[in-house]
Amino acid sequence: MIDVVIAGIGQTKVGELWDIGLRDLAFDAIQDAVKDSGGLKPQALFVGNMLAPNLSNQAHLGALIADCAGLAGIEAMTLEAAGASGGAALRQGYLAVASGMVDVALVIGVEKFTDKVGPDVDAALATTSDSDFEAVQGMTPTSQAALLMRRYMHEYQVPADGFAGFALTAHANGANNPCAMFQKAIKLETYMKAEMVSEPLNIFDIAPNADGAAAVVLTRRELLLTSFAHPHVKISGSASISDTLALHDRKDMLYFDTAQLSAGKAMKQVGITLDQINFFEYHDMFSIYAALQLEAIGFAIKGKGWKLAADGAIGLKGKIPCATMGGLKARGFPGGASGVYQAVEAVTQLRGQAGTNQIAGAKYGLIQSLGGPASTAISHVLERL
Amino acid sequence: MEIPRHWRLKQQRYSLVGEVCPHCGNKIFPPRDVCPNCGDEAKELYTFSGKGEVYSYTTIYEAPSGYDANAPYTVAIVKLEEGPMITAQLTDLGDQPVQIGMPVEMVTRKMRNDGDERGLIVYGYKFRPAWKVN
Repeated sequence: MIDVVIAGIGQTKVGELWDIGLRDLAFDAIQDAVKDSGGLKPQALFVGNMLAPNLSNQAHLGALIADCAGLAGIEAMTLEAAGASGGAALRQGYLAVASGMVDVALVIGVEKFTDKVGPDVDAALATTSDSDFEAVQGMTPTSQAALLMRRYMHEYQVPADGFAGFALTAHANGANNPCAMFQKAIKLETYMKAEMVSEPLNIFDIAPNADGAAAVVLTRRELLLTSFAHPHVKISGSASISDTLALHDRKDMLYFDTAQLSAGKAMKQVGITLDQINFFEYHDMFSIYAALQLEAIGFAIKGKGWKLAADGAIGLKGKIPCATMGGLKARGFPGGASGVYQAVEAVTQLRGQAGTNQIAGAKYGLIQSLGGPASTAISHVLERL
Repeated sequence: MEIPRHWRLKQQRYSLVGEVCPHCGNKIFPPRDVCPNCGDEAKELYTFSGKGEVYSYTTIYEAPSGYDANAPYTVAIVKLEEGPMITAQLTDLGDQPVQIGMPVEMVTRKMRNDGDERGLIVYGYKFRPAWKVN
């Protein structure tokens, strides 16, 4: 069995980056990741991107980014699975190296949201749902999450501030992440007074759309350069599962099957159980998603995921630290880059380079990238060797 | 915009035509030719009654382009009485507050337009509070 290691990581700051375009964003992250790997030469490039054909009128990112990064000539293509595009690119890079066919794979997640603004961005995001039977009704991913949250609160009698803990934790952790979009802790009263976006979802229940790029360099462990100075971090588990695209077609909308199946499969590959996971980077696009992932994976029983946030169990010192560098909520949601940011952040933790946010002795990190309301879930277990 | 696409779906948009599985009896909307319940082939058409109840709902204030002229509007997932769930706007609400479990019925309404006086207008199903029979 081939040990696939993450040799290099790179990331740009996340935010509204008006003065930098898609190709330059991607290059910044690639440059850092390749340098961090000690200068490994990528043979294949996998791009995670969600909406560039729509937001930037730019498809064919593989060739574009390879060219702009001085890598023209290598294999290069885009992986798209809505919000899970970054996880999809990471998995493709992992498969390429694990197969033995590629020695060094470069995975880049990049999204340039601010090339469009307002209703055009909402329309672009809606294309990730069932166009004929969801988006045509004027439905958006945000309002869909609001429907889920309303039903969840109805079934499980959740108080109005029940989900606040997700935003509070994310913002507290984002305060120490120099790449995060929001680097400021918030108070409960700020959450409670926040503007409603789609009841019961308020602005702090939603991760902000943002520009950003993150990259990782993957290789076989024996190909690491002798000068490589970082602790070795391996991709020990990798799994991707799909479900119905349309939320209304689920047997039980309040249970994210794919989150359970992909995480379970990835952990089984490693041979570990839940209590061995030191931290979990969930896909907190919406606070309700975070709760449903915690429940599906088994950190909480059904209907009690929100309690983990309310009780501080997801904090850095809690039972299962989550969103340790701010998560999607505070670091920001750079679309198809999000899954690669999760990998970069997990490697930072496992190398012991997370500074104030360091989880002491972290050995196993679980990261999970979702497309839509868990229509796709891609899970990876990263391990410090 | 996308005229053939909306034309192709007219039976679903105007009449809620789905399918019934001849093997397990499961009612399916929209039609998909493979029963999601038993996995067998299901091509027999079935017209839904259009009656159902609200499973969940919310309001959209910031709508996608093509819909922003109608904002705010209420969207819901409706559980049809035959079983399937469906995503749809609620309409004709007046001052009536929406509630989970509220009975609703299908009507045909304007969904969106191109924002151009000569552009295509898409019609389709929405749901309104069900008439009460006294």
